[in-house]
Amino acid sequence: MDEALLRTLTPTVIGILVRRGADFAAAEDAVQDALVEAMHVWPADGVPDNPKGWLVTVAWRKFLDATRADTSRRHREVRVEAEPAPGQGEVVDDTLRLYFLCAHPSLTSASAVALTLRAVGGLTTRQIARAYLVPEATMAQRISRAKRTVSSVRFNQPGGVATVLRVLYLIFNEGYSGDVDLAGEAIRLTRQLAARTNHEEVAGLLALMLLHHARRPARTGPDGRLVPLAEQDRGLWNTRLIAEGVDVLQAALGRDRLGEFQAQAAIAALHADARTVEETDWVQIVEWYDELVRLTGSPVARLNRAVAVGEADGPRAGLAALAGLDPALPRHAAATAYLHERDGDLVTAARLYTEAARSAPNLPERDHLTRQAARLNARLRG
Amino acid sequence: MAKYLLLKHYRGAPAPVNDVPMDQWTPEEVSAHMRYMQDFAARLEGTGEFVDGQALSPEGTFVRYDGEGNPPVVTDGPFAETKDLIAGWMVIDVETYERALELAGELSAAPGAGGKPIHEWLEVRPFLGEPPTITE
Repeated sequence: MDEALLRTLTPTVIGILVRRGADFAAAEDAVQDALVEAMHVWPADGVPDNPKGWLVTVAWRKFLDATRADTSRRHREVRVEAEPAPGQGEVVDDTLRLYFLCAHPSLTSASAVALTLRAVGGLTTRQIARAYLVPEATMAQRISRAKRTVSSVRFNQPGGVATVLRVLYLIFNEGYSGDVDLAGEAIRLTRQLAARTNHEEVAGLLALMLLHHARRPARTGPDGRLVPLAEQDRGLWNTRLIAEGVDVLQAALGRDRLGEFQAQAAIAALHADARTVEETDWVQIVEWYDELVRLTGSPVARLNRAVAVGEADGPRAGLAALAGLDPALPRHAAATAYLHERDGDLVTAARLYTEAARSAPNLPERDHLTRQAARLNARLRG
Repeated sequence: MAKYLLLKHYRGAPAPVNDVPMDQWTPEEVSAHMRYMQDFAARLEGTGEFVDGQALSPEGTFVRYDGEGNPPVVTDGPFAETKDLIAGWMVIDVETYERALELAGELSAAPGAGGKPIHEWLEVRPFLGEPPTITE
């Protein structure tokens, strides 16, 4: 049973049904039904010679079955009537349009993520629900609400590429492993997207994901605890993914249209490039953070820049760079604690680590920061 | 089988015997405590008695409906707040009330400073919605 093949074909088949006149929601339902049938039939009879043709035929039959009722048919005829005739020389890839539709700005992030995983990724509702640790009924509701929302959106009226990239990055950052590894799925989808468009930020995001993903085996210890970058066993980094990420990034940078994902990927590449933590080229990393701040104005980018300045020019310079920033920023206390520790002020550092642990966004981070506070307090007592 | 909620409290419970704040432990003691909790949950998964467990952030607010067209009222009080109280929970599904007490006792023995059990107080609450377990 080639599930990967099914997932790859899903967006193409939905696109073909839509081009034949099915509305998006009905096409999506029909293709899901066809996928379920394929999962039953293919293992028994073998994968057909033309899997895409098989899926299109079955999905189209499902679509016709579903719309056979008179009312639905009338509904559909009216809709098809209202649609303009398909233009000549259709060059935009159906799958590409699906990406944009699923990331339509009218959808909330959670809905866009769910719809993308289903329509573009070909995952089942159950798989998506498991990946996001919510009940299947909840996810089913979220998806049908999303489909209702985009049903009034014309298929050729996509959202912006920035929205698509944000949705893909959200999926990547979820990264649960279980039935579906969302980080892996996000990379697969971004690869697909990159193959269909030569947008430099799509390449930037793909490079960023590959470089982050390459470090994944080193990022957590055996008991699930967080291992900070400086302490990671660099031998566990996936050099093949790093090499690919760097290649993709270099090709994107060569086009001289810098965007935030390329800048972030450049920072990740500089980390990946250092064989030891001491070898890290912090001066160049600060320069990339300057670009990132210029591009986004994001306070989080400024905070990260301050930490990098602390490495490049010493903790005092880092603390000076932090001075103007809002203390309520995520990880502000943790960054300040770290710089104070490096500056030798262990009392302040221990207090700030404790404070940071209280507002940590997740359990591994809270445990990590509690351990940092405990480490300094033990040293202060000893 | 009946479900019980085991509540870990931030404050409000009698002070545990081994009452040293976690940031004053050694990092190894912190790790040992975390590992104990994970092992405990894993063991109950093995016996089929684990339902769910989550840690809660100390942040939190009280929220109340404030009439049509008004945004909900958000306040820090005046009630005793769960953010002061509840640090996390675990739901177990066990044969008897005695078993629930036994497991809560084990969870309360998680190691703290000096590797000694912290003897923290845990609240054990039976779930409604299923007939309570009757021990013969």
